[in-house]
Amino acid sequence: MEQEKTLLAKLKTYLIFAGPTTFAFLTVIILPFLYGIYLTFTDWNGISATHAFVGFSNYLQVFKDKVFWTSFLLTLKYVFFTVILINVIAFFLAYMLTSGVKGQNFFRAGFFTPNLIGGILLGFIWQFIFSNILVYLGKSYNIPILSGSWLSDPDKAFWALVIVTVWQYTGYMMVIYISGFMNIPRDLLEAASIDGANTYQRLKNVILPLMVPSFTISVFLTLQRGFMVYDINLALTNGGPYKSTELISLHIYNTAFLSQQYGIGQAEAFFLFFVVAAVTLLQVYFSKKLEVEN
Amino acid sequence: MEKNNRLLGGIKFFALSIFLVLYIFPFFIVLINSFKERKEILENPLKLPSVLNLSNYIDAFTKMNYLHAFLNSLIITAFSVFLITLLSSMTAYIFVRKKWKFNQFMFFFMVASMIIPFQGIMIPLVKIYGSIGMMNSKWALIYMYVGFGASLAVFMYHGFIKSIPLELEEAATIDGCSQLQTFFKIVFPLLKPVTTTIAILDILWIWNDFLLPYLVLMAPEQRTLPLSVFYFYGTYTIEYGPAMAALMLATIPVIIAYLLMQKQIIEGVLKGSIK
Repeated sequence: MEQEKTLLAKLKTYLIFAGPTTFAFLTVIILPFLYGIYLTFTDWNGISATHAFVGFSNYLQVFKDKVFWTSFLLTLKYVFFTVILINVIAFFLAYMLTSGVKGQNFFRAGFFTPNLIGGILLGFIWQFIFSNILVYLGKSYNIPILSGSWLSDPDKAFWALVIVTVWQYTGYMMVIYISGFMNIPRDLLEAASIDGANTYQRLKNVILPLMVPSFTISVFLTLQRGFMVYDINLALTNGGPYKSTELISLHIYNTAFLSQQYGIGQAEAFFLFFVVAAVTLLQVYFSKKLEVEN
Repeated sequence: MEKNNRLLGGIKFFALSIFLVLYIFPFFIVLINSFKERKEILENPLKLPSVLNLSNYIDAFTKMNYLHAFLNSLIITAFSVFLITLLSSMTAYIFVRKKWKFNQFMFFFMVASMIIPFQGIMIPLVKIYGSIGMMNSKWALIYMYVGFGASLAVFMYHGFIKSIPLELEEAATIDGCSQLQTFFKIVFPLLKPVTTTIAILDILWIWNDFLLPYLVLMAPEQRTLPLSVFYFYGTYTIEYGPAMAALMLATIPVIIAYLLMQKQIIEGVLKGSIK
């Protein structure tokens, strides 16, 4: 490769190869991010041309806002249940689908299908299921738990959201676990069998330790997506009934764009950013510690 | 032993089949109800349609401005993915081959920025691009996708390019290729596997994305497929038949693409997940 001697030559090479990407990256991500920090200190309402500097009052207001905390705690609860359920089911499916069962490619493709379709469509599809199909079943066969729509009951609407999320993402995480299973050396499993390990012992002592990298990635992705969920929430419940299922992302959107409190909305967004960054970095750090040399 | 294994295989197959039916069931429900009239849906949403009535589809197709929305989605996805792969591969290449301080800093900066969630940026994004009149245009949206997609793509290309031996490029240089020619004639073709992976991940993301187009595209004629379904559904919530047809119309192209490229898609997701 040619060697650039002068600074000008270096700059030219850089701009030809990396110029457009750098420009787009800086203007789409970094500039708004920095401007966002500034916005959290203002009382901009989205319309007026001027806005006043208000110091930390937006942050204070966010911390004092009960609705915000309800929404945040609900999101934590949602993340907790979806992360566990998605990963357990995905692991189980991947285990079954790497054990030489008939038609495994067909099954893999089938379980992955929901991930091809956007959250808005999935939310609407399940809205119909919850408010028509299940209610119909409940009424026809006298199943009390189904005879009223889950989406109009604050407690059940939360679980409806969890069910749809689990249904959507298990296929994706299953693919990650399948690749983990396929990377386990066959001879290691055979050696364990010869040494007299039964299925459970092989799972606990050979498979699980070697699967830690897959868990690291999969838990990371489910954590991140759980905190960010927006479109399924919007299409399935739109936060209702009575804001009982308004997860944090929807709450931020509503604060900023519907209540036109951009400064407060942005302060909430940054709070979310810090929480997600902290949780995911800690998770990856501890998972990496668990990983064994392969 | 042999008999036991076959029995176990049978049980597994059966359990997986039940699970799969549960997974596919929602799509099936939408499909059968998309042919029915409102009355028939309310009477029994589980019954197969009595006649294959296509009027819901015609209704949804015209009112959603389907062709237009489909084309918008296609243009936005195609251009964004093309630009992301092209520009990011060039960027990653220069980052790997020229170990300048600034390149190393930019690479680190891009990777670190990946933890910023979209929600942390969306409000100032709307404010900035709104104030310079760049909202409500497909091209502004494509530009934003390039910015949002760059970090991950550069990161993945970076890892891949590191493993390509330098000798090939040196030979090309001796033969008189310029840096750009070397990249396009020698390096870019070698990147095909990782380009496929990135393209698949980005297609799935951009085609289905809702929040960013929802914020950027205001005019009805600019709408993407998910947006047009959203607005259509909002207006016709009570009209179950056309609403179900709209969901099917948005789902069918994706399913067809999936049937044709199933192997590449699953493989792309698989490779993309191992970071």
